[in-house]
Amino acid sequence: MATVALENLKKSFGQNEVIHGVSVDIEEGEFIVIVGPSGCGKSTLLRMVAGLETVTSGIVRISGRSVNDDEPMDRDIAMVFQNYALYPHMSVFDNMAYGLKIAKVPHIEINERVSNTARLLQLEEFLKRKPRELSGGQRQRVAMGRAIVRKPSVFLFDEPLSNLDAKLRVQMRLEIKALQRDLGVTSLYVTHDQVEAMTLADRMVVMNNGFADQIGKPLDVYANPQTVFVAGFIGSPPTNFLDASQFAAGPAGGTIGIRPEHIRLSAKGRLEAWVTSTEPLGADTLVHLRVAGGSLVTVRQDASAAIPPEGTSFCLDWNESDTLFFNAEGKRIDAASG
Amino acid sequence: MNNGSGMVERRGSGLWLTHLGLVVGILFIFFPIWLAFVASTVAHREIVQPPMPLLPCNEFFDNYSLALTSGINAPVARMLFNSGVMAIGIAVGKILISLLSAFAIVYFRFPGRKLFFWLIFLTLMLPVEVRIVPTFEVAANLKMLNSYSGLILPLVASATATFLFRQFFLTVPDELAEAARVDGAKPMRFFVDILLPMSRTNIAALFVILFIYGWNQYLWPLLITTDPDMNTIVMGLKQMFPSGDEIANWPVIMATSILAMVPPVIVVIGMQKLFIRGLIESEK
Repeated sequence: MATVALENLKKSFGQNEVIHGVSVDIEEGEFIVIVGPSGCGKSTLLRMVAGLETVTSGIVRISGRSVNDDEPMDRDIAMVFQNYALYPHMSVFDNMAYGLKIAKVPHIEINERVSNTARLLQLEEFLKRKPRELSGGQRQRVAMGRAIVRKPSVFLFDEPLSNLDAKLRVQMRLEIKALQRDLGVTSLYVTHDQVEAMTLADRMVVMNNGFADQIGKPLDVYANPQTVFVAGFIGSPPTNFLDASQFAAGPAGGTIGIRPEHIRLSAKGRLEAWVTSTEPLGADTLVHLRVAGGSLVTVRQDASAAIPPEGTSFCLDWNESDTLFFNAEGKRIDAASG
Repeated sequence: MNNGSGMVERRGSGLWLTHLGLVVGILFIFFPIWLAFVASTVAHREIVQPPMPLLPCNEFFDNYSLALTSGINAPVARMLFNSGVMAIGIAVGKILISLLSAFAIVYFRFPGRKLFFWLIFLTLMLPVEVRIVPTFEVAANLKMLNSYSGLILPLVASATATFLFRQFFLTVPDELAEAARVDGAKPMRFFVDILLPMSRTNIAALFVILFIYGWNQYLWPLLITTDPDMNTIVMGLKQMFPSGDEIANWPVIMATSILAMVPPVIVVIGMQKLFIRGLIESEK
């Protein structure tokens, strides 16, 4: 159990600064998800915490102690890699025991810890197998087991589920969440999948081009995105953006955003639009429309509502309180921010 | 049904034909070796009298024990031992050195890394024969003439093997090294615990090739050894051939040839198993 603090972390590769000062305070036992598109620096940030990348400036603290100059093994962390990084020639048991063997943990204790972890992850019957004889989900479990068995104070996950198929991903996501809650170990989890971020995180850090755009509880981030980027990245389908100049209340040169579920199709409203296509998903239907200015808008309507045929014209309406105002720099400016 | 059985028959006869072709090919290649073997089992006078017999006679033990214990210049047992030491020394030395240098080149960033790699790579283009005079000079100055170190050390650096291991290490995912680092493995620990076992297929393949390379060395042992006790089998074999009016003891020479062939054959067959096992196992 430990706290982790990132203090104005920066990272440059040569002249090229990729992380421009990220500060996060992570509490004991908290599950933090770092989410962002590829190339936003989220993995680099995690690797700096792990000690696999050097820190250009700023401080990484684990339990209050600066670990900037510590080797990964001295930071009391364990990491789960995207491609699992299991040692191919070692059995599952040896893979999990390797770190303990290096740490010169007595044999009896190694056996006990590995078998306890294997029981926890339902890997007992696979202990003698080699990684190639396991399925993707089982390999994922071994990678988790290798991290758990060391009893670290911080878990680091680098996109651990992205090599699994969709169904398994949902299942493993729930398992990771339950495991983390049971073990109570402070965790940092990197993903590009905003659903994973929403479901796993106690708090999430939304990264964009080397900046932490917003840090907060998933539902707060969803309801109150602080930037255009966050509003567009979190939520599927993404927030609709419209040029603010067509609305009296809108800021000059800015944009307004409305979530697809907040727009109503009605006979009269704020904006006229034509249906271009529809996607019935069962529980709800996505209606894509083109507004007079040319921009596209997606509306999520309940499955009980009739699916409008293509070409139908509607008026779009929404509540003033559901409108998100952004200035020309993409920052949130309406009263709800903060 | 007719059609089906016809297909099977045709396939069957095709199979036989293929095997027939293979058997003929093997017989063709094996015949000279067989002749050498037959020649090593006959008495000397039978060899010089045509026609040459095609089946082994009863002088096998006499010829082979004569070859092994006394030979012509030096006992073949001694030469086999020398060759064995040299071939194993070269193979093991080359593998060790190239594993370590490939490890350094791939996993460490040090000044002149690229330069060293290209220097190693350049020596690929210089075969032993080209640098044999300076190499001899160095070996002679270091008093390595007529010694095992003189036979082995100058041939121990291998650009090819270094290059091969470098290519293999480049295919090992970086995450593996990182996972080992997080697990607390220091670089040499990672090398011994993870890279070495992962390279064992390559090591087995290289060992076969390098053992045969070492075993077949002719020019270098010829230069560096003058003492018959330090002769290797390949040069010893050549020296058994008669010069001028000497009468050659062909059965003993043939016995020596057969004996010279045995260790490489054992290595190839022995390593083949490891080789195939490695190929099946290393499927990633």
